[in-house]
Amino acid sequence: MKHHVIHPGTYFLVFFTLLILTGVTTVVGFYDLGRWNTVVALAIAVCKATLVVLFFMHLRYSSALPRLVMLGGLFWLALLIGLTLVDNLTRVWDSNPRGWETTSSSVQRP
Amino acid sequence: MSTLSVEEPEQAESRVHYLNVHYGVKSWLLTTDHKRIALLYLASITLFFLVGGSAAVLIRMNLLTPTGLLVEPATYNKLFSIHGIVMVFFFLIPSIPAVLGNFLVPLMIGARDLAFPKLNLLSWYVYIVGGLFTLYAVIAGGVDTGWTFYAPYSSTYSNTHVMAAALGVFITGFSSILTGLNFIVTIHKMRAPGMTWFRLPLFIWAMYATSVIFILGTPVIGITILLIALERAAHLGIFNPALGGDPLLFQHLFWFYSHPAVYIMILPAMGVESELITCFSKKRIFGYSFVAMSSLAIALLGFLVWAHHMFVAGVSMYAGMVFSILSYLVAVPSSVKVFNWTATLYKGSISYEAPMLYGMGFIGLFSMGGVTGMFLASLGMDVHVHDTYFVIAHFHYIMVGGAVMAYLGGIHFWWPKISGRMYPEGWARFSALIIFLGFNLTFFPQYILGYLGMPRRYPVYPPEFQVLNVMSTAGASILGVGYLIPLIYLIWSMRYGPVASSNPWGAKGLEWQAPSPPPTDNFEETPVVTAQAYDYPSREVEVA
Ligand SMILES: [Cu+2]
Repeated sequence: MKHHVIHPGTYFLVFFTLLILTGVTTVVGFYDLGRWNTVVALAIAVCKATLVVLFFMHLRYSSALPRLVMLGGLFWLALLIGLTLVDNLTRVWDSNPRGWETTSSSVQRP
Repeated sequence: MSTLSVEEPEQAESRVHYLNVHYGVKSWLLTTDHKRIALLYLASITLFFLVGGSAAVLIRMNLLTPTGLLVEPATYNKLFSIHGIVMVFFFLIPSIPAVLGNFLVPLMIGARDLAFPKLNLLSWYVYIVGGLFTLYAVIAGGVDTGWTFYAPYSSTYSNTHVMAAALGVFITGFSSILTGLNFIVTIHKMRAPGMTWFRLPLFIWAMYATSVIFILGTPVIGITILLIALERAAHLGIFNPALGGDPLLFQHLFWFYSHPAVYIMILPAMGVESELITCFSKKRIFGYSFVAMSSLAIALLGFLVWAHHMFVAGVSMYAGMVFSILSYLVAVPSSVKVFNWTATLYKGSISYEAPMLYGMGFIGLFSMGGVTGMFLASLGMDVHVHDTYFVIAHFHYIMVGGAVMAYLGGIHFWWPKISGRMYPEGWARFSALIIFLGFNLTFFPQYILGYLGMPRRYPVYPPEFQVLNVMSTAGASILGVGYLIPLIYLIWSMRYGPVASSNPWGAKGLEWQAPSPPPTDNFEETPVVTAQAYDYPSREVEVA
């Protein structure tokens, strides 16, 4: 198996980028972005995870099999979230349940 | 354990093998030999089987009378909880993979050990630590959430030892992950020359598919248990609606692992079944690649069906329909296997040694469990029988009639290889038969009870259900005796059984080329594979 030599400078660069992104997360935390709070936090987290996977875990330099394993993991995560949403997004949310005797026509969607 | 290695004088001089190469407790507890680790697992899961089995005995005794014969309702809750937790997480899930898989994966692919022998030993220790947590929970006073740990009961209201039991399950999960990782790397990287993917024994395909589930599913149950702990200890609102959480989220996460966990139990059993059927009908498997690929299909599709456990829990009607259809889909690869085993028998030279009796029992019982699973996958039927004994009967036909039958069949089949001794064939056939009868007498009445409306997990029932409940308890007693007999004669045979040849069944497969029991390094020379799996001479050729 061929071994790719990575310059220590690359590791330091990635490391400092991660630190900066952590700082950005903290700074953003002081501003209320409404519904974008979660989106921004997750977007930064995904960037950081990608850097870790590509460089620290060497996926950028590895063969097809480890990449397949990585993709498999992401695909399974998508299954977990996606199929859970099949229920969550189509569920009838009754904010004021009055018991099962009430007719379903009185149930209101949010 | 050293008694294992005592041999008759006439063969004591013969040769060194994995059992007599070292003696003493330390040589077992620090071993990295996959075969010895398999035996460590065999001893430990047998212990847990006895714990879970004792709880089952008490449950069935309590149900002899409509008002509950033995215990308080609160104790009854603890009994079925501990039965489920121990049997699922500490017996069934590790049973075939950790015992037979550990022993056979390297032997079957012509390797000297698994890829990571130390990691393999670590996985056993992790399993034991998890087990100790669970045993502590039992001894300290029990847990009453059921094996499903449903929130918010488990996260907020139950004042039993939920955390100890749940941590036990959490820790043991890592042992599954390590085993799965080890198998996948071993199967990818350590196959003997000529052992191509489509020459692999089907047991290996089954182990591979199981390992995929181990790795992709187990982390989710781990996370779920951590979330329970967070809600319980830090009152973070995740599952409890009073804190702003969603109890159905727990069920989604729990069943994302725990439905595939059923395939962790049944896929290895199917792998064993393919070995038994081919060997005892002396025929190549019908449709090798279909049986192999259906294992992978089950591993994938098994992840898409989980919400069939939640049809009446409040999921949307749309989700109910989606998961109902997907649940039907997973029956396809399972049926492919059943049909292919049956087709393999056709015109085979069938013989009914004890392992084959278990193998034949498996086909029938698994089919009944599978078909009743289709009943439960349909929305209308499920509303009627949800949380009744119909469900109990269904999954015991899969897990006990399927997985345990195959496990016992496999233990008998490979016992000569594992111990170097033969077990008493007459006793083995007898116990296989009474296990089959006892099992059906225990669980068939439960189908009827459930259909008539007896709910699961209740310590009491209306008097008109008593006859069927007494039948079930009588069957359980027979079943219990059926399990004890092999335990006794297998231990007996380690010392007194006739010495086994390297291939007593005339089976194909690399494990039968190694001596019985194999030396520590398995093969003196790395075997070279030149033929497909199950390369039995075809009968036409034999006749001609
Ligand atoms: Cu299921």
